[in-house]
Amino acid sequence: MSEHTHDHDHHDADIPHVSLKEYATGFVLAVILTVIPFWLVMGDVLESSTTTVMVILGFALVQIVVHMVFFLHMNFHSEGGWNMLALIFTLILVFITLAGSLWVMHNLNVNMMPGMMD
Amino acid sequence: MSENTMTADVNSTQDGQLEFLVKGDHHPQNGTLLGFWIYLMSDCLIFAALFATYGVLGRSYAGGPTGMELFDLSLIAINTSLLLVSSITYGFAMLHMQANKVKGTMFWLAVTGLLGLGFLSLELYEFHHLISVGAGPQTSGFWTAFFALVGTHGLHVFFGIVWLVTLLFQLKKHGLIPENKRRVFCLSMFWHFLDVVWVGVFTYVYLMGVLP
Repeated sequence: MSEHTHDHDHHDADIPHVSLKEYATGFVLAVILTVIPFWLVMGDVLESSTTTVMVILGFALVQIVVHMVFFLHMNFHSEGGWNMLALIFTLILVFITLAGSLWVMHNLNVNMMPGMMD
Repeated sequence: MSENTMTADVNSTQDGQLEFLVKGDHHPQNGTLLGFWIYLMSDCLIFAALFATYGVLGRSYAGGPTGMELFDLSLIAINTSLLLVSSITYGFAMLHMQANKVKGTMFWLAVTGLLGLGFLSLELYEFHHLISVGAGPQTSGFWTAFFALVGTHGLHVFFGIVWLVTLLFQLKKHGLIPENKRRVFCLSMFWHFLDVVWVGVFTYVYLMGVLP
């Protein structure tokens, strides 16, 4: 240890350790979570398209989490938790952007363009 | 610099007295990975805005063609699998890098790049086809939002490939030095991030686009 010279900030400690098991698990899960929504839509499996939308959105959310955990190596202690903090902050902003835009613009459509809804 | 902002560098210039402050295993702050993550998060906000635009204009066809008529899901399925496979091949590159095998790292990076190139070619083919049947970005609000969102993702993939080719030359010239390892890891975050965005694109744009 005491032989450590200036190079000590250059070992790979700051790059997270990755494993084949991690990537393989992530890949298998991602394939399953991709194939099912495509099958649901292309095979016209479900009667109601509202149900299909809900189900495939659910699959997308789960798949995004899978990619985050297994491919992007997200966890609560990488970079001292700052990664996760930045992610949560971004997710809140993304939610406000998406939900807010859709909500406001839907209201405008309903209230101000009565003849043009569908 | 005040006394209490002591760093490893300061330590090495002092005499032995201060050495107990910073031992060899001290883990220095390397901001690159966190900084790159923050960049990805800001990129995420760009895509959020584009997704919101697409969501708002999602049914504004202006009498022109609709996504339901023109989207070719089997093409999208091929594209999706190309990107998904490229994620695991990048994983193989990371594993080879961890084992300090420069040849294996370069090989799997090249495979990843080729898969990305395949994705991009199919996407350009799709764009060309859409424009040639009269569904260009100027046709309606829907197609404007579509090309803005999918095109921005495609542009990211393109720059990812440029970065990847640059890295291949760096690796060839310098091998697996710490700087290159850091770069390969940053590109891996970028690449997997693009895959995350693509999950949103194929679900929200294509799969939901063909549903009545």
